[in-house]
Amino acid sequence: MNPTILRISTKALLGSRRGIVMSLIPACLIVLAILVRAIAGAGVGYETVLSLGYTLALPLVALLAAAAVLGPEIDDGSIVYLLAKPVSRHTIARSKYVVAWCATMVLGALPMLVSGLVLDSSEPVRALGWGVAGAGAGTAYTALFLALAALTRHAVVIGLLFVLLWEGLLGNMFAGVRWAAVGAWGREVGAAVSDWVGGSDTGLTYALIASLALTLASVWFTGDRLRSFTLRGDE
Amino acid sequence: MSVLSLDATSRWYGNVVAVNGISMTVGPGVTGLLGPNGAGKTTLIAMMAGFLAPSAGSVTLDGERIWRHVEAYRSIGLVPDRELSFGYLTGRQFIRANAELHGLDDPGAATERALAVVDMVEPAERRIGTYSKGMRQRVKLASALVHDPPVLLLDEPFNGVDPRQRLHLMSLLRQMGAEGRTVLFSSHILEEVEQVARQVEVVVSGRHAASGDFGQIRRLMTDRPVRYLVVSDQDRILASALIAEAGVLSVSLRPRGGLEVAVSDFGAFVMRLPTLARERGVRILELTPSDDSLESVFAYLVGG
Repeated sequence: MNPTILRISTKALLGSRRGIVMSLIPACLIVLAILVRAIAGAGVGYETVLSLGYTLALPLVALLAAAAVLGPEIDDGSIVYLLAKPVSRHTIARSKYVVAWCATMVLGALPMLVSGLVLDSSEPVRALGWGVAGAGAGTAYTALFLALAALTRHAVVIGLLFVLLWEGLLGNMFAGVRWAAVGAWGREVGAAVSDWVGGSDTGLTYALIASLALTLASVWFTGDRLRSFTLRGDE
Repeated sequence: MSVLSLDATSRWYGNVVAVNGISMTVGPGVTGLLGPNGAGKTTLIAMMAGFLAPSAGSVTLDGERIWRHVEAYRSIGLVPDRELSFGYLTGRQFIRANAELHGLDDPGAATERALAVVDMVEPAERRIGTYSKGMRQRVKLASALVHDPPVLLLDEPFNGVDPRQRLHLMSLLRQMGAEGRTVLFSSHILEEVEQVARQVEVVVSGRHAASGDFGQIRRLMTDRPVRYLVVSDQDRILASALIAEAGVLSVSLRPRGGLEVAVSDFGAFVMRLPTLARERGVRILELTPSDDSLESVFAYLVGG
């Protein structure tokens, strides 16, 4: 990992428009939790709010984080200034991943924990289960979306479609999707911490290995794409 | 020695050939890559900078291929034509980051040196987002110089640069060349290349059209036949008079009227034409040079 890249990527994240939108999402989630708690009392609506956070807010944060840390530089070609250096492309990819991952943990997984505690502070382990699920899924999501950002300029749109259609719609319709859905793996990990988190029957080992494999493969792929980064002319 | 070598290099995108079998050697000193827009200059520089793979042939620095060879960047400084974003960093932060990524022993000192060379010390604390285009250009140059590379590649460095900065940049490039660095810059403007480069490589439509020092290229361009359109009230009589002249290479009658005349010495032709017309009682109605553009000069060099 390269400290300079870490520093630059962090600044890029904090200053960008995507960074600001990214911070609003967990804020909305927590506000929603507060409202539900205030209106309906402790424990009510727990599953609903946290499922919303898990299936929508978390992947969205991961997507925005990954896209903010890599997207703009590739789109306008200015990443060439970072690449015209004797630094391994994989190091660059890993450093950018770490920055995006931290953002996802703080703005994606942590708010899950916080929302859970807000909704029912008497069941901290339940909230922790969701937090862990969020951390697991968030780790894999961030890597996947980083690879997507390295692959196409339309990373945000495709990422959104992936989240809504594959993991959302199809995931609810077909049980088989769970073997290839990051959300399902995350739930399985969360279920190991707390029974309240509905597992996905893929088995903890499978979920952990699949998440790890996807994460490593995606970060490696990002580095490989950077190795072949091409500057085109106007011709 | 830092020598860039292109050996029968080609690059195509599907059916479009951007670079067509170019071989050239770029050594120490300042070399200008001259050609009209769309000639393939940016493609060539991208290949020399390791950001584009040749479809055929090889592009090497001191014998080693540059594509996917990350260590080469210790020796290369690139100033691309891409706009510099990183608007959220100050000039100094950006240059410093470049210095650190190069693994320099004293990035702070290198940063200050680079900023001083491009005369950007005073605005260095401001964010790049607040800079003018000329200032961004200078920051780009500083980022390419911070590690003191023996090879400097600049893609259209004078684009959008004001006259004072252009003079500064030119003297900087000349100085780098005099220090023994290999400096290659591209341009479509003859005069820019003339004032800075010792060696000129002319590229037109992806082909290597000419190579030589500036004097040779200039002569090549001014010795070309110049074409005129002459409309008169008695075309055939004028044509027969013109074809007898020594400096006239060809005369052809246009179906719509008028003559197309190619001359090798346009100065003499322009002096002679009125005299000829008066002697034969021909009235000249129109006299227009028909290919005064740089593009036609380039086309001529390719053999058109």
